[in-house]
Amino acid sequence: MSDISARGYAHPEVLVSTDWVAGHLEDAGVRLVESNEDTLLYASGHVPGAVHVDWTSDLNDQIRRDYVTAADFERLMSRCAITPKMTVVFYGDKNNWWACYAFWVFQLFGHTNARVMDGGRVKWEKEGRPLTRENPSHPPSSYKAHPRDDAPHRVFRDQVLAHVRAGGQLVDVRSPEEYSGARLHMPDYPNEGALRGGHIPGAKSIPWARAINPDDGTFRTAAELRKLYVEENGLDPAREIVAYCRIGERSSHSWFALKYLLGFAQVRNYDGSWTEWGNLVGVPIEKG
Amino acid sequence: MTDYPPKLAALLDTLSTFADPAERAAVLIDFADKFHEVPPSVATRPFPRSHQVPQCESDAYVWALRQPDSTLKLYFAVENPSGISAKALAVILDRTLSGLPPEAIARVDTDIVERIFRQNISMGKGLGLMSMVQAVQALARSAPHS
Repeated sequence: MSDISARGYAHPEVLVSTDWVAGHLEDAGVRLVESNEDTLLYASGHVPGAVHVDWTSDLNDQIRRDYVTAADFERLMSRCAITPKMTVVFYGDKNNWWACYAFWVFQLFGHTNARVMDGGRVKWEKEGRPLTRENPSHPPSSYKAHPRDDAPHRVFRDQVLAHVRAGGQLVDVRSPEEYSGARLHMPDYPNEGALRGGHIPGAKSIPWARAINPDDGTFRTAAELRKLYVEENGLDPAREIVAYCRIGERSSHSWFALKYLLGFAQVRNYDGSWTEWGNLVGVPIEKG
Repeated sequence: MTDYPPKLAALLDTLSTFADPAERAAVLIDFADKFHEVPPSVATRPFPRSHQVPQCESDAYVWALRQPDSTLKLYFAVENPSGISAKALAVILDRTLSGLPPEAIARVDTDIVERIFRQNISMGKGLGLMSMVQAVQALARSAPHS
C-alpha cells in the first residue's frame, strides 16, 4: 500500500503507519491504545507500551445503554496514563473496527489529538513486529475531560426519523443479508434481538469492510473510497450523512472513512442502530 | 445439569473459581500457549476441508483418531495466528476428552463454551467456538462405538 500522505485523504494526519508507530514506541507524547473485539488478544500480546481499552466495560455505561460520563472518562484516561495533550493512537483487531469505535467515543469527549494505526493489529503482526505480554507501567495521569458533546458525532432515533422524513442520506454498513432483512444479525454472530429485519428507508448498503484492503487491512485510497461512496452509491459529500449498523461499532469505521479520509461535511454515527430501529414501534422500515 | 466427563467437570469447576475476567483470561491464554498443532503423521497442509470447523473465523480444523483401546484421540489445527480462543478450547478439549470412548465425547454439549470463556467470550467468537465442539461431537458420533 502507498504512503498515507500519497493517498489523497482530506485529513491524512488521522492515520499513522506501522512504521510510524514503531518509531514512536518510546515517545512520551504518544499513547498507544489497543481495542479489540476478542477480549483475550491484548493479554496474549500487544504492541510494547500499548494500553488496553475494552469497548464494553470501559466505553459503555454498565447500567444504561449509553457511553461513559465525563467522570468515567477521566478515570479511564488516568488509568491509561493519557493526558489531554497526548497523541492517542488506536489500533486493534478486525481491521481496526473497534479501534475506530474507541476513536469515535474519544471524540465525544473532544480528544481530537487522535490517530488510527493503518492496518491495525493484523498488519503489525504480519510484519513480524514485536508484541509483548508485559503490562505497561505508565504512571496514572491527570485528565480533565471536556463535558461529553454528542451533537457533532452522534445522532439519536428522533433525529434519524426526522432525517428520514426529510429525505436525508443514510449509509447502512451491515452485511447485505442484514440490510435486505434476510438476517437479523451478522453471519456467524449471535442474534441480539431485533424484532424486525430490513433497513432504514433510503439507506444505501455499503458494508464497512469495503473501505479496507483485505490483504493488509489498510484503508483504501481516497480515489477508491470516493468511487465507492460517491460514484457507485451517489452520496453527496456536501450533505449530512448518517451511518449505522447494529450497535454503532461497524458504522464508526465507516464514519471515520467518510469524515476524515474523504472529508465529508457532516457525518454522524447512529449508535442506536438496528438493535434500536429494528425494535421501535411504528418507525418505517424497508426490506429487500 | 449436564453430566460432564470427569476431567472436563474438574476443569470447569476450577475455571468457575476465577471470577475476575483478567485472571480467567490469563488461564485461557496459558492453555492457548500449550497448543500443539496436529502432527504431520495425522494431517498435513493443505488440510482437507472435510475437517474444517464451519463458522470458525480462526480457521480451525479437527480430527478424531480411533485408538487401539477404542477410545478417541483429538487433534486440532488453528490457522489464524490470532485464534487464541480457538487454541485454548482445542487444548481443553484434547486434555479432557481424548482417551474417552466416542459415545462419551458425543454427549458433551456446546454449553461448555460459555462455562469456559464466560466474560472472555467475544461477540463474534461464541458461535465459532460452539462449532468446534459440534465438530468434535460429529466426529465422535461417526466413529465406531464400543
